[in-house]
Amino acid sequence: MGGSRLTSRMGAPAPHPPWPSPLAPVPPGAGPMLCYPGGHPRTPGKDIGPAYAGKLHSVRIGVVTFPGSLDDTDAARAVRYAGAAPVPLWHADRDLRGVDAVILPGGFSYGDYLRCGAIARFSPVMAELIPAAKAGLPVLGICNGFQILCEAQLLPGALTRNARLRFIHADVRLTVGGTPTPWTAGYAAGQQLLVPIKNGEGAYAADEATLDELERTGRVVARYSDGALNGSARDIAGVCNENGNVVGLMPHPEHAIDPLTGPSADGLGFFISVVSRGDGLPAWGAPAPHPPRPPYPPTDEEAEA
Amino acid sequence: MSDSIEVAGQTPDQQQPYKELGLTDDEYAKIRDILGRRPTAAELALYSVMWSEHCSYKSSKVHLRSLAPGADQSEHLLAGIGANAGVVDIGQGYAVTFKIESHNHPSFVEPHQGAATGIGGIVRDIIAMGARPVAVMDALRFGPADAHDTARVLPGVVSGISFYGNCLGLPNIGGELVFDACYAGNPLVNALCVGLMSHGDLQAAVASGLGNKVVLFGSRTGPDGVGGASVLASSSFGGAEPKSTVFGGAEPGSTAGAGDGRASKRPSVQVGDPFLEKLLIECCLELYAMNLIEGIQDLGAAGVACATTELAAGGDGGMRVDLDAIPLRDPSLTPAEILMSESQERMMAVVTPDNIDAFLRVCGKWDVQATVIGEVTDDGTLTMTWRGTTVVSIPPKTAADGPVYQRPMARPSELDALAASGPDGLARPRDGQALRDTLLTLLGSPCLADKSWVTQQYDSRVRGNTVLAMPEDGGLLRIDEETGLGIALATDGNGRYCRLDPYVGTQLALAEAYRNVAMTGAEPIAVTNCLNFGSPEDPEVMWQLAAAVRGLADGCKTLGIPVTGGNVSLYNQTGANAIHPTPVIGVLGVHEDVRKRLAVGFAADGAQVVLLGTTTEEFGGSAWADVVHKHLGGRPPAVDLAAERKLAALIGSAASAGVLASAHDLSDGGLAIALAESCLRGGRGCRVNLAGPTPTDVFTMLFSESAARAIVSVSPGREDAFAALCAAHKVPSTMLGVTGGSSLTVNGSFEVPLDELKRVWQDTLPALFG
Repeated sequence: MGGSRLTSRMGAPAPHPPWPSPLAPVPPGAGPMLCYPGGHPRTPGKDIGPAYAGKLHSVRIGVVTFPGSLDDTDAARAVRYAGAAPVPLWHADRDLRGVDAVILPGGFSYGDYLRCGAIARFSPVMAELIPAAKAGLPVLGICNGFQILCEAQLLPGALTRNARLRFIHADVRLTVGGTPTPWTAGYAAGQQLLVPIKNGEGAYAADEATLDELERTGRVVARYSDGALNGSARDIAGVCNENGNVVGLMPHPEHAIDPLTGPSADGLGFFISVVSRGDGLPAWGAPAPHPPRPPYPPTDEEAEA
Repeated sequence: MSDSIEVAGQTPDQQQPYKELGLTDDEYAKIRDILGRRPTAAELALYSVMWSEHCSYKSSKVHLRSLAPGADQSEHLLAGIGANAGVVDIGQGYAVTFKIESHNHPSFVEPHQGAATGIGGIVRDIIAMGARPVAVMDALRFGPADAHDTARVLPGVVSGISFYGNCLGLPNIGGELVFDACYAGNPLVNALCVGLMSHGDLQAAVASGLGNKVVLFGSRTGPDGVGGASVLASSSFGGAEPKSTVFGGAEPGSTAGAGDGRASKRPSVQVGDPFLEKLLIECCLELYAMNLIEGIQDLGAAGVACATTELAAGGDGGMRVDLDAIPLRDPSLTPAEILMSESQERMMAVVTPDNIDAFLRVCGKWDVQATVIGEVTDDGTLTMTWRGTTVVSIPPKTAADGPVYQRPMARPSELDALAASGPDGLARPRDGQALRDTLLTLLGSPCLADKSWVTQQYDSRVRGNTVLAMPEDGGLLRIDEETGLGIALATDGNGRYCRLDPYVGTQLALAEAYRNVAMTGAEPIAVTNCLNFGSPEDPEVMWQLAAAVRGLADGCKTLGIPVTGGNVSLYNQTGANAIHPTPVIGVLGVHEDVRKRLAVGFAADGAQVVLLGTTTEEFGGSAWADVVHKHLGGRPPAVDLAAERKLAALIGSAASAGVLASAHDLSDGGLAIALAESCLRGGRGCRVNLAGPTPTDVFTMLFSESAARAIVSVSPGREDAFAALCAAHKVPSTMLGVTGGSSLTVNGSFEVPLDELKRVWQDTLPALFG
């Protein structure tokens, strides 16, 4: 079901192998559930199909470090586990180093002075990133990165203080939805992930018209399955832009890449998605062709198509 | 006109406010003796902070000497007591530095900033050793959970630690949360930080090399925290208030204020900016990597006074400092205030003239303000100038090595009566229903209930190497992705046991932290400690301190591991009410392969549940006696460190061999709580037989707090292999039952569905704190 919808909507070719069940229990000492050639060291090799062979390190994903960024090393690790090469990008350099995609990581850039992400948004690297993103470069903003994307108006809405005014760190279930994006193409619609959130300002907010528009155009890419602990409107955990190439996500998929150090390996899919589409991505600078996005959840007719 | 050394020489009889600064008559006379004249205002300020209890350890030093490890304990030791933090070799070219410190008094006065800057301070100690800080832990003790003031202090402390630690990007991987009436006016906030480095990275707090520059970098210096060491941390609450004019500047309206001294001590609490400290971490690590530093010291208690004195004393020459060069937040500060300021996020480095430009460039890259404020000399004197006059000229070692006191000690008069009034006469649950009620009462009591209300405010995952964090027995960090090398940490203390017997109680705390580390599958290798006690002017408190230190020293010798450093916090009392003597012991262990770690939760159905160790009737100071009967008396449980060693070795072997599905040590609340926790954490029940296998009655089996015990669940099919390991390590083992189902069942006594266990356990703290 999921595969054929992807093919018909996105025009992308190869189907991908099914992801392991995210909520299966992990026996102690089992090691990571997912493993990819060239990614995690010393994991039992698992055949994930010839489509991925030869992709080792040919895909380069930039990870930006602002003063106060914290999860940059973790995002870089996730990129590594996904079989791509992480490229460090410095906030003060107007240079994206020709990467295929960019991640704005979590943390407290500029100490959350003024508003979260308010200062980072004006960094020299953002001066390069904003036009590139508008031209189709895949960009993933995680937590503080999501806040920066909203401040930069690459995504609608804003992230505000949590409902209980307290920082919260918890493992939550997410439902992936919306029309697939370069970052979520590897997940089936409705797939459930177990991923940590850790934030003090994670409540997504936007006016009703914007929220309706996001829903209608399938741009809510992730939702808190059991209700938002941080008070996000409509339980929204992540959204994307009109083109689908810019995704903001409040939870931290880079902390769910290995059951050894996280609640699951469910988050790895975000990074593998963009890596596996590396060759199919339009070079940034050219507008990405994109059909109109269908509403989510799908109507009965579309489900049967 | 400034009080220069010339003016001091000419006005020997000028009255000086040494008492208000916390100095005694004798100490003041000693200073005059050392200098051959009266001290200047700045020198007086400097000596007052350096000789404060908090900085000089003058009351505890004689006792702490016994903690120095012997050769047979020092196999892994790279830097020990006396350094900013202890450093141990963990193999594969890595070294780990760790230390625990207190920030008790500020956390009572201003909980959020007090706790936040406690984290900031211990992190800077770790940076100063040359390491990247990689994790923190917090051991917290408050008054009764339902007390009005606890609702003020606890949320503030937790939000402060959350605010500072999360923003620094340091995972909080464990700690403690204890409620007891004795901490009502004196909460304890002990913060541990652990750092990682390679062997060659070790830095020293030494200023040597004639002509080398002294650089102050980090935040600007302001009036915050002035008097933190001398006034706030070195006296009890509710005592005589310090006069407000001692520092010579305009005072922001501090009055005699509330009886507990809170209002007038507020200016002495420091204010933290974790973003600045994050920049400082990255800046320092880059400076180390480029070899631009000869010596480094962090600025904590007593700020510039302490850093300059210790750097100068550590070296072989002297130092000249120009106080005018220090970047100030408030230009009206006097030299004394500049010296005593405890503005946060500052470090002091010694840099060769050749390296200065590169040093300043690195600081510029990270937007960290850096200023050359002096240089190393060869005259053996610490000299400071201000506005053209010399305001300080002292032999630095005389300030760094403060007085050493042999305080009078007296065995507490209550000890015999306490020991005699034991728990034997307390009413015990007689039938299954009563046992069931007791379990739920204990499980829902604030000390044993689910601590998520606190721990969910901490990021335990940042840096991506946290394998185990609270509520596991120990925090476990992966150090090397290739080999799986890791480190485990635990902090433990028990004020009630120590009140009954400080020697045994301290050894029990050491044993518990040691055991907790071992439960993850790691091998304990080093110890840090935070000794929280009442006033050293009380002979009974001194006796407790001395006994505790002896207990720790003897215990570490028996376990074969060194104390690498630590902290003493005295004056934790309000008026005549001292806290229970509360040594908090931190233990560090090495894990060969974190993928083989063991955790608390029952991980598989149909696994044998085995109790390791021996259970006897030991309820003195127990959670049952406290929660059900509000009783404290009798003897604490017996200590058997040889048994602890065997148990730890067994768990280590079993983890390596992969024969266990879970491991959890027994402590507060005994077997009952341990079983409940393993069920809750694993999401599955168990069925155990407590009446049959041993001669001890079910109540004792469930709630006694005998030491050196653990429960494990054995991987199905590996029962024989595990039994063989128990025999080989000579650890007594008792098969209790099997995991599975959705209830905790004690055959013949009671059954509690997991849902009910969970509800009772989870509801307590949210109901209290919102």
